[in-house]
Amino acid sequence: MRTVMTGNYASAYGAKLSRAEVIAAYPITPQTSIVEKLAEFMTTGELNAKFIPVESEHSAMAACIAAETAGARTYTATSSHGLTLMHEVLMWASGARLPIVMTNVSRAMAPPWSVWVDHMDSVAQRDTGWLEFFCASNQEVLDTIIMAYKVCESRGVMLPAMIIEDAFILSHTSEPVDVPDQHLVDSFLPSYAPEYKIEVGKARGFGSLVKPDQYMEFRYKSMLAMREAHDRLLNVEREFKHVFGREHGGLLELYRCEDAEVVLVAAGSVASTAKDVVDQMRDKGLSVGLARLRSFRPFPHDEIKALAAKTSGIAVLDRSYTFGAAGAMFTEIKASVFSGQARPVLKDYIAGLGGRDITPKVIEKIFEDIQMCSKRGTESEVEWVDVAGLPRRWR
Amino acid sequence: MTKTTIPEEEFVYPGGTGCPGCGANLVMRYLLKALGERTIVSIPACCWAVMPGYWPSNCLKVPILYTAFEATGAAISGLRAALDVKGVEDVTVVGFAGDGGTVDIGLQALSGAAERRTNAIYVMYDNEAYMNTGIQRSGSTPWGAWTTTTPVGTSHGFKHETKKDIMAIMQAHKIPYAATVSPAFPEDFVKKVEKAKNIEGFRFIHALSPCPPGWRTNPAMSVEVARLAVDARVFPLYEIEDGKVHITRKGKGLPISEYLKVQGRFRHLTEPEIEEMQKRVDDSWIMLLLKESSGT
Repeated sequence: MRTVMTGNYASAYGAKLSRAEVIAAYPITPQTSIVEKLAEFMTTGELNAKFIPVESEHSAMAACIAAETAGARTYTATSSHGLTLMHEVLMWASGARLPIVMTNVSRAMAPPWSVWVDHMDSVAQRDTGWLEFFCASNQEVLDTIIMAYKVCESRGVMLPAMIIEDAFILSHTSEPVDVPDQHLVDSFLPSYAPEYKIEVGKARGFGSLVKPDQYMEFRYKSMLAMREAHDRLLNVEREFKHVFGREHGGLLELYRCEDAEVVLVAAGSVASTAKDVVDQMRDKGLSVGLARLRSFRPFPHDEIKALAAKTSGIAVLDRSYTFGAAGAMFTEIKASVFSGQARPVLKDYIAGLGGRDITPKVIEKIFEDIQMCSKRGTESEVEWVDVAGLPRRWR
Repeated sequence: MTKTTIPEEEFVYPGGTGCPGCGANLVMRYLLKALGERTIVSIPACCWAVMPGYWPSNCLKVPILYTAFEATGAAISGLRAALDVKGVEDVTVVGFAGDGGTVDIGLQALSGAAERRTNAIYVMYDNEAYMNTGIQRSGSTPWGAWTTTTPVGTSHGFKHETKKDIMAIMQAHKIPYAATVSPAFPEDFVKKVEKAKNIEGFRFIHALSPCPPGWRTNPAMSVEVARLAVDARVFPLYEIEDGKVHITRKGKGLPISEYLKVQGRFRHLTEPEIEEMQKRVDDSWIMLLLKESSGT
């Protein structure tokens, strides 16, 4: 069924089609319409799930952890302060090896208060052991939820996943979305059947105390699982394409990068704007491309390394900032590049914090800047774009 | 010989890592005797997070879901929802948390679970301080007690704030059943838990849990200390069923000094301070009697 819907409804449909069995959630702007839609599905009987209207996001994740441990497929959704309140239990979910799937509507952190998009909340969870997928369209939101359950629930992975929608730009903007038939989703995604679950008659402890001579092995296995998730995602997406006829580009979607002199790396909705800019600049004969960072965790190190071998300049657009360092995506890309032989010029562009528009013009200027830097080098590795008081060349 | 009414089957194996004379061990033993094997227990950070032993050992005969400190109320909600959606019936879901994990850091999740009428039993074993971390004051530490964060000095020794009344907090949530229990009165204990087991909805058990290292008591005296708490009416045994208070054991009405003198944590108290404490206990007891007689 092809219809028009917001990113938040796409999330709700994704959870419904995946037959989530327990949903625990707490309201926060701009996530609310996801849970409202799911509540409607549960009331009408379209979705047979238990809803736990918890009293905080911390409890939302803690309840999902408990339900998932008891063998139920769970789903939740949150945003910014809700996500960061969950931080402790995000680590619990991945440490407990529970394939929970959650939508995070990525929104800036206060103070000052802002309900608009940036990636600080999502990026700040990079060490929690969650898979993190940035989406660029509402279709991708829906599809990635279904794929995420399949990736995460596979034996070699058993880790949770975060599907990231940009606040308002995706969450509240309607686009055409193809809602796949339930029977196709059922054939693609079997019901959740974990190897271990908590049940009476089996006196197991889930999350017991371990000694220093036992702990590291648990973390080592999580590391292997995250590594496995990389290949698993590629396989699952191939299978998805076979069943549903579309794909979204693996961990790093390359757009007109084959012969590009310079490439912009960006995540989230701004990447679709950047595709248009690439097309326009290509029309003018400029050799530019876009690499859309779809999977932040696992991070596509090898894909970045391969990209670096073919380009002379890589611009990274970070929609968040790691204070005392640089944009998190930039530092990871730089590390990936350095592990290879090629040495393209790298530059980090901090833009679009707290919902500031990243216009096509800004993206065009970033391309122009990285082209110039790729020839002459760059004085500063990190540049804040379109900030009052700084040079006006970005406006 | 009279036959005991306490079920003989044990669900706590030997080998747990509790301290000698641990009241919380007795609380878990009597609780599980009353609930039986079809029970899942969720335990947050607390002494009992450590007592079942190192992975992969478990000294309980029932499964345990460990959870974050503040999350017990949410964990039992999640467990119950999953069992319901999977059609698993006849399982008692239990949250088993200490006093800090209940009246302080866990109060929000507890309140949420109670308000949502989660079909589960929440047990707070009350050793009246953060004992697993080494005797720091909690909201459940009584007025007058020494702890490591309320050290007895020259000017402002001991805790000067009142113990939170968790039973009143739970009563205010209009839950169907709440009861206080003591390891010194196992028959009363088991009877109340068996009653709770057969009620639908959110049920709360407040268990006094003597702690020899924290209370500075003789480990051989834990049951005696728990008995003195009831007889001195510091910890009255009662239940609140559908909002109605019913005192199950009135105790002997011993002076509080009888209870205090066996515990090192109260050793610093002067006569006037003991009188102040007696007054507080008397007032609470009168309030409880009034609640019972007025049917509230």
